[in-house]
Amino acid sequence: MTEKRIRVLVAKPGLDGHDRGAKVIARALRDAGMEVIYSGLRQTPEQIAAAAVQEDVDVVAMSLLSGAHNHLFPKVVQLLKEKGMDDVLVVGGGVIPDSDIPFLKEKGVSEIFTPGTPTSTVIEFIKNNVKKAVL
Amino acid sequence: MEIVDKARQGDRRAIARLISLSENEEPGAGEALKMMYPYTGNAHIVGITGPPGSGKSTLTDKLVKELRKRQKTVGILAVDPTSPFTGGAILGDRVRMSDLNLDPGVYIRSMGTRGRLGGLAKATHFAVKILDACGFDYIFIETVGVGQSEVDIVKTADTTIVVTVPGLGDDIQAIKAGILEIGDIFVVNKADRDGANRVVIELEMMLELNPNKPEWDFPIIMTVAPQNKGVMETVDSIIKHYNYLNESGELLRRRRERMRTEIFDLVTQQLTMHLTQKLAREGRFEKELDRVLNKINDPYTLVKSILEETLR
Amino acid sequence: MFDREKIKKTAAAKETWEKGMVAKALSRSKERFEEFVNTSGIKVDRLYTPVDLADFDYESSLGFPGEFPFTRGVQPTMYRGRFWTMRQYAGFATAEESNKRYKYLLEQGQTGLSVAFDLPTQIGYDSDDEIAQGEIGKVGVAIDSLADMEILFNGIPLDKVSTSMTINAPASILLAMYIAVAEKQGVTADKLNGTIQNDILKEYAARGTYIFPPEPSMRLITNIFEFCSQNVPNWNTISISGYHIREAGSTAAQEIAFTLADGIAYVEAAIKAGMNVDDFAGRLSFFFNSYNDLFEEVAKFRAARRLWAKIMKERFKAKDPRSMMLRFHTQTGGSTLTAQQPDNNIIRVTIQTLAAVLGGTQSLHTNSKDEALCLPTEDSVRIALRTQQIVAYESGVCDTVDPLAGSYYVESLTNALEKKAMDYIEKIDSLGGAVKAIEQGYIQKEIADSSYAYQKEIESGKRVVVGLNKFQIKEKPVEDLLRVDPIVGETQIKKLKAMKASRDNVAVKSKLEALCQAAQGDGNLMPYILDAVRVYATEGEICNVLREVFGEYRPVEIL
Repeated sequence: MTEKRIRVLVAKPGLDGHDRGAKVIARALRDAGMEVIYSGLRQTPEQIAAAAVQEDVDVVAMSLLSGAHNHLFPKVVQLLKEKGMDDVLVVGGGVIPDSDIPFLKEKGVSEIFTPGTPTSTVIEFIKNNVKKAVL
Repeated sequence: MEIVDKARQGDRRAIARLISLSENEEPGAGEALKMMYPYTGNAHIVGITGPPGSGKSTLTDKLVKELRKRQKTVGILAVDPTSPFTGGAILGDRVRMSDLNLDPGVYIRSMGTRGRLGGLAKATHFAVKILDACGFDYIFIETVGVGQSEVDIVKTADTTIVVTVPGLGDDIQAIKAGILEIGDIFVVNKADRDGANRVVIELEMMLELNPNKPEWDFPIIMTVAPQNKGVMETVDSIIKHYNYLNESGELLRRRRERMRTEIFDLVTQQLTMHLTQKLAREGRFEKELDRVLNKINDPYTLVKSILEETLR
Repeated sequence: MFDREKIKKTAAAKETWEKGMVAKALSRSKERFEEFVNTSGIKVDRLYTPVDLADFDYESSLGFPGEFPFTRGVQPTMYRGRFWTMRQYAGFATAEESNKRYKYLLEQGQTGLSVAFDLPTQIGYDSDDEIAQGEIGKVGVAIDSLADMEILFNGIPLDKVSTSMTINAPASILLAMYIAVAEKQGVTADKLNGTIQNDILKEYAARGTYIFPPEPSMRLITNIFEFCSQNVPNWNTISISGYHIREAGSTAAQEIAFTLADGIAYVEAAIKAGMNVDDFAGRLSFFFNSYNDLFEEVAKFRAARRLWAKIMKERFKAKDPRSMMLRFHTQTGGSTLTAQQPDNNIIRVTIQTLAAVLGGTQSLHTNSKDEALCLPTEDSVRIALRTQQIVAYESGVCDTVDPLAGSYYVESLTNALEKKAMDYIEKIDSLGGAVKAIEQGYIQKEIADSSYAYQKEIESGKRVVVGLNKFQIKEKPVEDLLRVDPIVGETQIKKLKAMKASRDNVAVKSKLEALCQAAQGDGNLMPYILDAVRVYATEGEICNVLREVFGEYRPVEIL
């Protein structure tokens, strides 16, 4: 039996084109041995959820700097649930005020990484919190 | 198995889970594949290979859109290389296919090679079987495209498209090594660039030189994928090639060969696995290794004794 | 510049010093690093002397301010005459809100406006588009039609201010709206001053707000060059931007190289479209970033100026000195700001301001301390503006032109950066120019490589960012952040619906059809866009017509 790889969808929801953070995270996760599927820019919540299902990812990691996180992140979580992906770990990052974090967590985003977070913190969080899917 | 039924009814989540199971060689995968096997054999499997930067993903995107217009369903397997150092991978082919994300008649799956050479992932053939059994009319496999020999694709696809572009340095030289022989259809993509005609002529010359030229007349198609130029023609050629395979009996012959290699591959794989596990269990392999390194024994004698013991 | 014999003597003396004094000092305590390397990968020596400038020729390398090769500045008297334009990028929520902020900034002594548009506007979607939801008014102001633009500039006389608009893919539409607002104020187009960013290549390479594929995008850009050279002569038709390339993670050398390579592509496109280089090149402007490494940044600006002058003179055979002048706007580096201990950002911005001013910028935006957290509040915007004013009025650095010239270090760095940038430009030339290099993902990959390397340096502690990976403290969450009320989206959509109901929809339809026809041909589209805008066709409607004809760009992602 081969070792199971953690599969992560790195997604850019909304119209924001700043993908430096997303690309750095994608590389860091790859270097940590994960399989990273990169969505590209301007993904709607529907597209992100569909990609997550088709790719059977363990983690959906979203990056957003435009301030639309309160609108878009919960929508993705909700769509994932509707599609039966209850076990997927959803994390977010970007320019997100601390005061928005409780709301996003309540909506099912497991963790929010704000600017300056080392990639090692993200990797560790994913490794410790990813749920093993069951048949 | 419930998951197999669900997958066969088109449940995307079930299909995706099944591919993961087989990819990770998890318990239940073998059973599921067994259950699905009887339903395979209906899909037309199309391989797309070519050097990096030849626009394979964009072309795939357009070909699939054209097939969707013709009411066909398509599964796409996009393979990217796994880092040999970390085991990780960045799979970026979806980016160019993101319009297809929400199409109910399309399923896209990105796969890392996970240590396999030859342009495909270890589990690609499992994924092909699963998509085939789930009723997709077409299965597109996009290879790594590292420019090395991408011979695996012939063992998996019915029709192989070799994509090249003008301006890749030595143009044709870049794809000549190994992969010219495997193509059924040749596409010169980004044909709006200078030098496209030259690439076509060079391809024609090379195909003429091919001594074992069968009755299939290799099409060479110029495409500009983002503008949809040459896309319909390529799709027509894909269909024509399938008809040719069917009528000439070549399809059956290819599939027989394919199954032969697949079985041998699986046997080899499982035998190796069985052996490694056995040796590890017994715990004496390291000692044997020491003996070989210290010239007390030689590797050939050791191999012989291991095989005799195992196959007894 | 120096006497050869003297240099020999100095070189010998330096060697003696190194073998004696320095060796002794090193034996007592090591230096902080084995090797000091700046972000551009240039090795920084312990000491610079005339030896490093042995082949330096003052006249050809520096010359005089206002003269070729413009290393020392584009104007003869620089800030002794007039300070740079202090221009804070601002805009959020609705046109009404932004209009208020602009009037506030003008009252505070700001000398030019800089309009930030929200993402739907930047990517050509109306506020009622499904994809715009959640983004309306967030990173800038929402502009759907001329009606919004009229409100945005209400009470601001457009013949008196200069306005910079950060707009790229739909730049022609927003420029048309600006011209139409001016018409309503009774101001003719030839009286307008300002800049549109209009730099699509860096959108593909670094910023992501593209709409159309490269070819039609380049056409729209050259259409603007041509239209403005005839109708809006004082308008800066493009702001070729390194800012976002740097923000995406490039080095300083890459910032110069990729920006000038884009510049070369625009000049080539305009010449190919039949224009004479001296008819438009004087209206090209640039936009750079300013980071913390003071000397590297100063050298970067000087190197960019010299390199561009040479490119315009030698490669494009420009005759008019104005065509060779690299005039630029600067914004301090957004990604250098930390969310941790945000007050420290004021000090960072001060250093970056100094770098921009010592580098000879024509206008400057200073970031607010809270930008790593959210949109800046009014208070933090004022501090940022005051930073510029303190440097201008109190620091004394503006009293002489190019005060760092002649520094052995700064001149050596300027040479090294120019060389590095030129190497990149040659590589891009070999790939067939900037458009091809972007299509092949070359520039994107170079930037991504640099940004990942930088991140790894921070995480390994090799590079220290104060408050982030050293000197951290426990902090309370920051309060009083500026938030855009979610009601803004609904209000904007309502306004748009009402506008659509009240306008002359027959006229809109016919103007859009005319534009569609024109887009299929190869004439200048500006007059058609202007016509459509005047009858209140929305930005989204116009972009949709063009999307239909031109198609949409799909990125190459090279990670």
